[in-house]
Amino acid sequence: MKWGVVVFPGSNDDRDTAYALGTILGDDVVMLWHGDADTKGVDAVVLPGGFSYGDYLRCGAMARFSPVMRAVAEHARSGGPVLGICNGFQILCEAGLLPGALVRNRSLRFQCEQTRLRVETAASAFSAGCRAGQILTIPIKNGEGCFVVGEAELERLEREGRVVFRYADGAPNGSLRDIAGVANDAGNVVGLMPHPEHAVDELLGCTDGRVIMESVHVWLSNTARGDTAASAAALAASRSQA
Amino acid sequence: MNFQVRVFVTPKPSILDPQGKAVANSLHSLGYDEVVEARLGKLIELRLGGADREAVSARVDEMCRRLLANQIIEDYRFEIEEARS
Repeated sequence: MKWGVVVFPGSNDDRDTAYALGTILGDDVVMLWHGDADTKGVDAVVLPGGFSYGDYLRCGAMARFSPVMRAVAEHARSGGPVLGICNGFQILCEAGLLPGALVRNRSLRFQCEQTRLRVETAASAFSAGCRAGQILTIPIKNGEGCFVVGEAELERLEREGRVVFRYADGAPNGSLRDIAGVANDAGNVVGLMPHPEHAVDELLGCTDGRVIMESVHVWLSNTARGDTAASAAALAASRSQA
Repeated sequence: MNFQVRVFVTPKPSILDPQGKAVANSLHSLGYDEVVEARLGKLIELRLGGADREAVSARVDEMCRRLLANQIIEDYRFEIEEARS
């Protein structure tokens, strides 16, 4: 399969992401420039971490108006998988592709540490290869990682099983309900603050991030088999549990 | 006509403002015990042209909704003055 990694001015995890997807997973990867008007026919898109447009005004506020974001939104609308990591998550929220917003960590500190994540549902493009309840060790590195969302929207997220990842040992940044990652209603767009692309190589001590990226293979093969019924059933089952 | 607009963007009351808390704590440690709360926001100054106040107000309101404020976490208000040019 072919991935597109978006490069905004100020992205800094774009190469790590391409390394994880290309060298570690063995998939094809193309870089998508922020000024590109299309997604070059990729199967899945990653918005990487970094400080797009210097985080001016608000994290992700400027990046959402990049030409490439119109194409990314179109890709998402047609069911294509989109993953936003850290700054990418902030951009997806600003763009309205995911609910909520990310604000300054409660500690007021930039936090760089390993976290333990609990996978809350396998019904998303980036958790389809996991099982609910699985614990993954993935690092965070952010200053604005505190997830907030209106109360009604929060209840809706919980009810619909769209909280994909939660900090297993409590949120290090003050996120509501320890939320680390969420999905859109179709499950194809996912954002999370922790960095799976930094946890793929044994040299770095942890490879738990691989399964998040590899989940797309499972998700896409389900979709290709016309197995949207199975995906929908899994989604419905996970939602009725919630 | 030219106008000077001051846009104030502030965190919604429901949103925790750790920066404001830190500022209030610092003021307390300086002895300003009367400070009940501090909240931090942004001031954005714009100079722009427009037919009249109403037209400018409509445009600036749109700018706030589309870019300058994120209404999930922030409130905004603005003041318009005719620019001395």
